[in-house]
Amino acid sequence: MPVKISDKIRMMTGNEACAEGAIAAGCLFFGGYPITPSSEIAEYLSRRFPIIGGKFIQMEDEIGAMGSVIGAALTGMKAMTATSGPGFSLKQENIGYASMAEVPCVIIDVQRGGPSTGMPTLPAQMDVQQARWGTHGDRGVIALTASSAQETFEQTIHAFNLAERYMTPVVLLIDEITGHTTEKVTLPDYDSIERVDRKRPTEPPETYLPYKYTDDCIPTLAPFGTGYRYNVTGLCHNETGFPTNDPKEIERLILRLTEKIVKNRHEIINCKRTMLDDAEIAIFAYGSVARSARQAVLQLREEGIKAGLLEPTVLWPFPSEIVLKIAEQVDSFLVAEMNLGQMAREVELASKCKASIHRLNRVDGSPISPPQIVGKIKEVV
Amino acid sequence: MFDYLPYIREWNFPHIWCSGCGDGIVLKALIRATDGLGIHRDEAVMVSGIGCSSRTPGYVDVNTLHTTHGRALAFATGVKHASPNLNVIVVTGDGDATAIGGNHYIHAARRNIDITVLLYNNYIYGMTGGQVSPTTRKGDRASTAPFGSIEPPFNISGLAKAAGASFVARGDVYNVKKLEKLIKLAIQKKGFSLLEILSPCPTAWGRRNKMGHPVQLMEWLRDSTVSMEKWEKMTDEEREGKIRTGVLHDVARPEFTDEYAKLVKRLKAEK
Amino acid sequence: MDRYEIRLSGSGGQGLILAGKILAEAVVIYDGRNAVQTQSYGPEARGGASKAEVVISDSDIDYPKAVELDLLLSLTQESCTKYICDLKKSGILIVDSGAVKDIPHGDYRIYEADISDLAVKEIGKAVVTNIVALGILTRIAGVASEEAVRKAILARVPKGTEEINKKAFDTGLRVGGELLAESKRS
Repeated sequence: MPVKISDKIRMMTGNEACAEGAIAAGCLFFGGYPITPSSEIAEYLSRRFPIIGGKFIQMEDEIGAMGSVIGAALTGMKAMTATSGPGFSLKQENIGYASMAEVPCVIIDVQRGGPSTGMPTLPAQMDVQQARWGTHGDRGVIALTASSAQETFEQTIHAFNLAERYMTPVVLLIDEITGHTTEKVTLPDYDSIERVDRKRPTEPPETYLPYKYTDDCIPTLAPFGTGYRYNVTGLCHNETGFPTNDPKEIERLILRLTEKIVKNRHEIINCKRTMLDDAEIAIFAYGSVARSARQAVLQLREEGIKAGLLEPTVLWPFPSEIVLKIAEQVDSFLVAEMNLGQMAREVELASKCKASIHRLNRVDGSPISPPQIVGKIKEVV
Repeated sequence: MFDYLPYIREWNFPHIWCSGCGDGIVLKALIRATDGLGIHRDEAVMVSGIGCSSRTPGYVDVNTLHTTHGRALAFATGVKHASPNLNVIVVTGDGDATAIGGNHYIHAARRNIDITVLLYNNYIYGMTGGQVSPTTRKGDRASTAPFGSIEPPFNISGLAKAAGASFVARGDVYNVKKLEKLIKLAIQKKGFSLLEILSPCPTAWGRRNKMGHPVQLMEWLRDSTVSMEKWEKMTDEEREGKIRTGVLHDVARPEFTDEYAKLVKRLKAEK
Repeated sequence: MDRYEIRLSGSGGQGLILAGKILAEAVVIYDGRNAVQTQSYGPEARGGASKAEVVISDSDIDYPKAVELDLLLSLTQESCTKYICDLKKSGILIVDSGAVKDIPHGDYRIYEADISDLAVKEIGKAVVTNIVALGILTRIAGVASEEAVRKAILARVPKGTEEINKKAFDTGLRVGGELLAESKRS
C-alpha cells in the first residue's frame, strides 16, 4: 500500500491512484484478470474492497472479467475492470455489449506495446484506435487519458461520472509509465467529490420502459431487484428492451448510440493548453508523452521558439473543433505519440489542411523524451 | 389448470422455437417449479447466452439478461457477487456453456457460486443451422460433420461434478414431472447447481440422424433414459446406450458468496 | 533546470525498485521537496536487468525519467556497462566492487564499496544490500536528509525487520562517509 504523508497527501503509483480514484468515485465492484502492467490496480482493490463494503473477484479470464463487471453494474453498482493490450482485445466483445445494452462501467487499459503479447513491461500508446473501433459495430465512445498519478486519480472518478451520466462503458487509457511512476498525489475530501449516479425511474413499473426515447438519448435502467422487471440484450432492441427486427427501430437505436455521445461532445471533450495563445507550432501529445512535451515547450520558449502544447485529456470523442481552431492559428502541428501515428491521423483529418502536420513516433518500448521533441521541432521549424 | 400467464411475457409470443422442440416443455416446467418454490419475480434474475435455449429469458417475466455467446455464467457471477440476495438462474445450451463458454462453466463450478444452471443439451448447434457441438455423439451427422462426427462427446454433467459443483442432475423433456422436480431441487440447492436437460433438436439433429419426427425423439428419450435406481441394478451390458437421469451428485460444499461474506466478517473482527 | 537525476541499477530481486521508492518518499514526505520514481524491469522476478530512477526537484517534475544522470548506482557489471553512458560529466558513480570489476574510465566521481559483502558480513543478510546501498548513496549524494530516508525506510519495510534495516542503513551511511573522506584526501 502507498505510504501516507497525511490523510490527504500520498506517494502513489498511477495504478494505485487509479484504484483509489475508483474508491473515491463510489465504485464497489472489481472483476479482473492479472495482466502486466495493470495488476497493481486489482491488487490494491483486493485489499480494500472487502473492508469498505465492495466486491472483488478475480475471474477466470479477461472475457469473464468484463462480463462480471456488466452483471454487477446491472444491479446498480459502480463497477470496473483493469487490463492491458491483450486483455483489452479479449474484452472487446463485451465492451460492445455494454455499449449496446447501455450499461455504465469503467475499463482501465494500462497500455503496453503490441500487437499480440508485445512488450508487457514497456510503455506504448498503441490502443488508442482500438478504444475507438475495437469492438464491431457503430457506437459512440468515450475514452479518457491521464499523464500523472494525480490526474489518473481524477480521471478515474471522471470516467465513472461520464459512464453513469451517458450510460455507456468508459475507457481510461494510461500507459506503463503513468501506471508505474510513483509520485505525489493530493487526495480531496471524499465527501466533497462530485459523483454522478445513473438516472432512476420515477414512473411505476407498469409504465416503465428501460430504453424509452427521450430528448437526451439516455436510457433509464433500474437496478435488478428493485421491482422493475425488464430485459437486457445485446441484440438490437426497441424501447422495451426486447429484440426487434423493425428497420425503423433498429436505425433509431444505432443512431442514438452514437448521437448520445456526439450531441453531448462539448460537455465531454476536454483539453489542457500550455502556451498556445501565440504559438506558431503546436505539439499534440497525451498521456505520459504530454509530460515530455510540456518540458520541451518550456525549453523551446527559452530558446525563442514559439511552441505550445495541446493536451487532450479526453481522446474520444476527438476534439476536432479545437484542433481546427489551432490549425488555423499555427503553422504546424507536431503529433508526438508512442505508436505509429494513431492520433496523427485524427489531427490531419480535423485540421483540414490549415496547418502542416508532422509526426514524432516511437515504438521501441522507450518513452519519448523532451530532448527528442525539442530536436524534432527544431528540424521542422 | 395451472395458469402460466402471470409468469410469462405474453407479448413476446409466439416463441422462436420450432414445432417439436422441447425448449417450450422446459419453459413450462420451469414456471411450475418456480411457482412451487414461491420465488419472488422481482428477486429472480435469469441470465442466458446465445442459442435457442438462451432465448428462454425473453419469455419469462423476471429480471432478464441475454448476454454474449458463452458468457452467461460470467455475467451471472457478477450479478450474484454484487447482490447475493438475488436468485440467479442461468439458461444455456451445450455449445454455449461447454464450448465457447467452457472456461466460465468449470470456474463457476469450482467457485461453487450459488447459481442454478439449466443446460439444455440438444446435441447440436441449433440456431446456427446444425453444426457439430461438444455433445454431438460420435458418428452423428451435423452440417459441419457431413460424414459423421469423428470426435467423442463431452460428459457435461461429469465435467461440472469434477470441477466442483455441489449439485449435478440430469433430466429430459419426455419425463416432464421428474424434470419439474429436478428444477426445484437445483434451485433450492445452495451452491453451483447444474441441471443438464436433454432436449434433442428435431430440426437440426433429429432429421440428420434418422429421428426426423419429434415423436421419434420423444420415444428415444422414453426408451433410453433410466432412473438412478434402475441404473444401479443394471449390468454393464444393459447400460449400453442408456442415459441416467435424476440426481447424479449432491454434496455440501462452501459457497462463494458465503465465503466472501465470511472474509468480510473476519476482516471486521481483526480491525 | 533544477533536476537531480538518480538511477539505481542491478538485477531483479536486489530490491532496487523498493530503494528508489523509499528515496522518493523520503524526499517528498519527510523533506517536503518534489520527487518522482520510475522503473523498468524485465519479465523475471529474480535476475535480469532492473533499474529504478528517482528525479528530485524543487518544482514540478514533467518528464519523470532520467535523461542525464547526476548519480548512477550499479550493483552488477552488466548494468554499469550499460548505463554509464547516461552519466553526466563529473557525475557520481557508486559501484558494488564485488560485482563490478571493470570500472569504466571517464570524468566521473567514482566510489567503490563491496556492498553485498557488507550486507552479509555486517548485517548477516544479503537481502538488505539495497538498504546498505541507499545509506551509501544518501551520504554521498546529499540530496535527501538522512533523517528523512531513515523514516521512509521504517515506513516501508515489513514489521519485525526495522532493526536490521536501520543497522543496514547506518552501515551504508558510515561507509559512504568513509568513501567521501577518502576521496577528499586523494
